[in-house]
Amino acid sequence: MAQDVTLGPPAPGTTTPASTRPPRAHRRRGGLTPWLYLAPALVILAGLLVYPVYQLGLISFLEYTQAQVSGGEPATFQGLGNYTALFADEQFWQVLLATVLFAGACVVCTLAVGCSLAVLLTRVRALPRLVLMLAGLGAWATPAITGSTVWMFLFDPDFGPVNRVLGLGDFSWTYGRYSAFALVLLEVVWCSFPFVMVTVYAGIRAVPGEVLEAAALDGASQWRTWRSVLAPMLRPILVVVTIQSVIWDFKVFTQIYVMTGGGGIAGQNLVLNVYAYQKAFASSQYSLGSAIGVVMLLILLTVTLVHLRLLRREGEEL
Amino acid sequence: MSPRGLVRRPWRLAAETSALLIAVVVAFPLYWMVLSAFKPAGEVESDRPRPWTLAPSLDSFRRVFQQQEFGRYFLNSTFVALVVVVVSALVAFLAATAVTRFRFRFRTTLLIMFLVAQMVPVEALTIPLFFLMRDFGQLNTLGSLILPHLAFSLPFAIWMLRGFVKAVPEALEEAAYLDGASRARFLWQILFPLVFPGLVATSVFSFISTWNDFLFAKSFIISDTSQSTLPMALLVFFKPDENDWGGIMAASTVMTIPVLVFFVLVQRRLVSGLGGALKD
Repeated sequence: MAQDVTLGPPAPGTTTPASTRPPRAHRRRGGLTPWLYLAPALVILAGLLVYPVYQLGLISFLEYTQAQVSGGEPATFQGLGNYTALFADEQFWQVLLATVLFAGACVVCTLAVGCSLAVLLTRVRALPRLVLMLAGLGAWATPAITGSTVWMFLFDPDFGPVNRVLGLGDFSWTYGRYSAFALVLLEVVWCSFPFVMVTVYAGIRAVPGEVLEAAALDGASQWRTWRSVLAPMLRPILVVVTIQSVIWDFKVFTQIYVMTGGGGIAGQNLVLNVYAYQKAFASSQYSLGSAIGVVMLLILLTVTLVHLRLLRREGEEL
Repeated sequence: MSPRGLVRRPWRLAAETSALLIAVVVAFPLYWMVLSAFKPAGEVESDRPRPWTLAPSLDSFRRVFQQQEFGRYFLNSTFVALVVVVVSALVAFLAATAVTRFRFRFRTTLLIMFLVAQMVPVEALTIPLFFLMRDFGQLNTLGSLILPHLAFSLPFAIWMLRGFVKAVPEALEEAAYLDGASRARFLWQILFPLVFPGLVATSVFSFISTWNDFLFAKSFIISDTSQSTLPMALLVFFKPDENDWGGIMAASTVMTIPVLVFFVLVQRRLVSGLGGALKD
């Protein structure tokens, strides 16, 4: 989501009047007041985020199947047993690889489309800009589940317009592994590029016009202006939208679940999230599902730490 | 200020033409959804689909609304989303104020924790949340959808609002106190209205993620279907032998329209909100 855009430190070269940054000395300590303000948020987060994360970790070390859930048998400690079982499972490694490749492809495509269209938005007059912006907001606003159903229908072998236009006959997109992933990828890019487009566009608009005029006066080409002037200034924003896309695309659930009918034929389109869900809720292997959840958590945590390091290097004051 | 002035005319025309073409492609799925929802039954499932309809019909919508409890699902979805939006906006506003306008021990630690919390894969928490909801008797209630979404939208809302609260000058706060305003008065009568545009932008995100929810509704509302939400109503039209595409498209349209309306209403605030947040 866009939360991180608030992090964008002032791009080098943009002027930040000292007055907008409150001097530290002025801030009150306030005694208990800040904690009072924080209390509702902390209670909610502790109960519904921190505790479940702890539980997730715990269950991943227990034997926890239907018998334990219904209270028939006590949960027994398994040590790393669940993880050993998971890592010995060839399907897990396949799903992990598929998840990384699929999320990576989604991120690259989303960023490429989003950034190019952001640049395009700066080159056109108000009306075409508004039209493209509204179309993008429409795609962005579409709930994941309805986006999935509509894209399935567009690519339906019998009733969809896409196969007619492309002359593909009754080619089934969801039958083959790669075509199914490609279809989901298209939907994911469609609904997530607008966030990148709007954010990067807002970032470009924040670059002072004089800087660009100066570049033009110095005879810089469009490409050169982009590479040497805009790109460095936009770097913090690009970092934020990249990290955000990585996190979103790694967690895609609804689209895969709905479009490939729960993970594709014989699980060929499973990604980690759907895999964990199937293990836990379809086959009652809650411990294995939790272990997969922990693996995901660790991967995303690594991404977050990289993000934090990058922020720190940019000198962002937390 | 945009580099527009630097672009030569033929290039600008080419750019504008492609912008409009791309807009058409981007909007096409939504057009197709609404169109198909209005097509009569035979026409939706035709192997020569036409990009218009000669006989618009409300049959598919009728089927959707005749489906047991569809209206109820709609109200449930709306209720869940509104509660999450309002409560998380208020709670996040207080928290964002605390971390931007006070200095206290563990402030930086908390901020890092909020950042990390955003990355927690919600889907992976379905398992422990399922047991938590069961232990507190919340399964099959709207509470089991509201509570987790509150927790998941908060860290992001706090991060986003932080920029807006920061942008309110400290001097204003001091002036308010000098004029004898209490802390509560400053908070609700001065600060709150000033960061309201930020709250709107934040709400868009929490609204969407809650309205979108499919996984929790699927996992936590298992026996009492009267407590279910729209995504479940949509799935009814997927049938093992033959999907009812007219019904699916009509239900999808009904589910998408409120979000589109919401987006169009707050569109300016959202775009300027993102821009404002960027300038920090």
